[in-house]
Amino acid sequence: MAGFSGMKINPSRFHKSQIKFFAVLIPMALFIALPILFIVSHAFKPTNELFAYPPRFFVRVPTLENFRELVEIASESGIPFSRYLFNSVLVTVVGVFLSVIFTSMAAYGLSKLKFRGKKLLFEINTIALMFVPIAVTIPRYLIIANTGLIDTYWVLILPLIAMPVGLFLVKQFVDQTPNELIESAKIDGASEMEIFIKIILPIIAPAIATVGILSFQMLWNDVAGSSLYINDERMKTLAFYFSTLGSRTGNTVAAQGVLAAASLITFVPNIVMFIFLQSRVMNTMAHSGIK
Amino acid sequence: MFKKMNSPAWFVTPYVVLFTLFIIIPVLIAIGLSFTYFNTIQTPDFIGLKNYIELFTRDEVFMQYVLPNTIKFAFIVGPIGYFMSFLLAWMLAQVPHKPRTVLAIILYSPSMTAGIAMTVVWTVLFSGDSTGYLNSMLLQIGLIQEPIQFLTSGDHLMTIMIIVSLWGSMGVGFLAILAGILNVDQSLYEAAYVDGLKNRWQEIFYITIPSIRPQMLFGAVMAVVGTFQAGAIGVLLSGANPTPNYAGQLIVNHIEDYGFIRYLMGYASAVSVILLLLVYAISRTTFKLLGEKD
Repeated sequence: MAGFSGMKINPSRFHKSQIKFFAVLIPMALFIALPILFIVSHAFKPTNELFAYPPRFFVRVPTLENFRELVEIASESGIPFSRYLFNSVLVTVVGVFLSVIFTSMAAYGLSKLKFRGKKLLFEINTIALMFVPIAVTIPRYLIIANTGLIDTYWVLILPLIAMPVGLFLVKQFVDQTPNELIESAKIDGASEMEIFIKIILPIIAPAIATVGILSFQMLWNDVAGSSLYINDERMKTLAFYFSTLGSRTGNTVAAQGVLAAASLITFVPNIVMFIFLQSRVMNTMAHSGIK
Repeated sequence: MFKKMNSPAWFVTPYVVLFTLFIIIPVLIAIGLSFTYFNTIQTPDFIGLKNYIELFTRDEVFMQYVLPNTIKFAFIVGPIGYFMSFLLAWMLAQVPHKPRTVLAIILYSPSMTAGIAMTVVWTVLFSGDSTGYLNSMLLQIGLIQEPIQFLTSGDHLMTIMIIVSLWGSMGVGFLAILAGILNVDQSLYEAAYVDGLKNRWQEIFYITIPSIRPQMLFGAVMAVVGTFQAGAIGVLLSGANPTPNYAGQLIVNHIEDYGFIRYLMGYASAVSVILLLLVYAISRTTFKLLGEKD
């Protein structure tokens, strides 16, 4: 294929024709990584480095001071840091679990089962991809206030479970699974639910991982739930506690280190999950198209 | 226990209940409330189209700042972010697997940061006194004499909002486009060159984009929604709602301002409905531009 000068998708190794792409991609990636590197660096800076003038990007003598202070500020206000952490972990774990289960079940139903209103339901869900949650903060509050969910952990979980993007992605993925698999299991006497659990779930694992990540991001980063629907300080989440740091510490230079430490704690679980699951996410995204 | 579960209801009910309760009904209530005067204490009072009429004829802040700002912000961040997503994905697809994975993770990483969590970076970077990184740098190289009030004066707030939003614009849509390009059948390109395709541009327009049209459509919706969601950033950056001189005031902030600061829920709902309609209209227009199948 010597003469072919067109697009070479997914080349197996480096070739000098790729230099032009790297020349754009690497500076771009550096520009994008900079704020995140800044958070990492700032979080480990001791007070005197935070005050340094002219300001210095990278930390010289890293310290855990900021993290310690993050824990102390919480206990001073009467709620131990571990409590916020516990709340966040509980809400995130239960939320991701429910979201993944409900979404993949619905996706299987929409893709492989027959029932009235199925097409309409999927169309509404596709329109809901364009839904902007901020627009319905008020009505959501009114609904939640009337359900008696206020001041329960459920109120932090339930509103975030149904994700139109999640259902959309998994449904498109289930569409790819061959019907013959399902038919032959039916002949063997399996019920739909058994087919779903034993055959479909393992096949759609990449799509499940993707919904898991998206749902994790929503739940772990969510501040609105704690600030709007929870009055009991002991039930609020870590992300909420972090969002109040600015007003607790006053917006001083010394507080910047603490804020950076908080940002880092929020960010790290997200990126770690994504790194581990990225190949599955890419696999799902290949089927993501709106047809 | 799963032996008898054959009805589709088992599968779709849990999702549909939550979807209805927290997405469909709230949208319907928002539409309903937008025709009322509602201050959260008394029961809503039906006033017809008055909120909408006031919004478009009497609300000077909305017509003078919020709407122009939103349009400016959306028409810069949306298309540029979308174009960057495509361009970077297109380049990434043409480098080997390992560097591609690392670069893709970095480019996607801003989407995983919560808006609030990153505020500290921007406030330090663009801080209005000489300890701000950008100010300190500009002072040192002698480009400016006095530190610039990047975030609090309103003169530069919009520019910074646009940069920060573009920084985070490589999201789920970007991943979809990348996956799409990686899955285009390589032989299509080879065949097209045999058939007389002349250059990279033709290749992009005749092969790449048509092959990944479904992913492009998905990416477009994600770009539009992401752009309008990102609007809250102005308030986070300047630390005030309304933003200084309304310089960074977008529709989402206007909703908050009326809903949760002034408690005029009916009016705020009317603004919400306009926001939802705007997102829908722009998404549909983008679909048309990209040449939807049906």
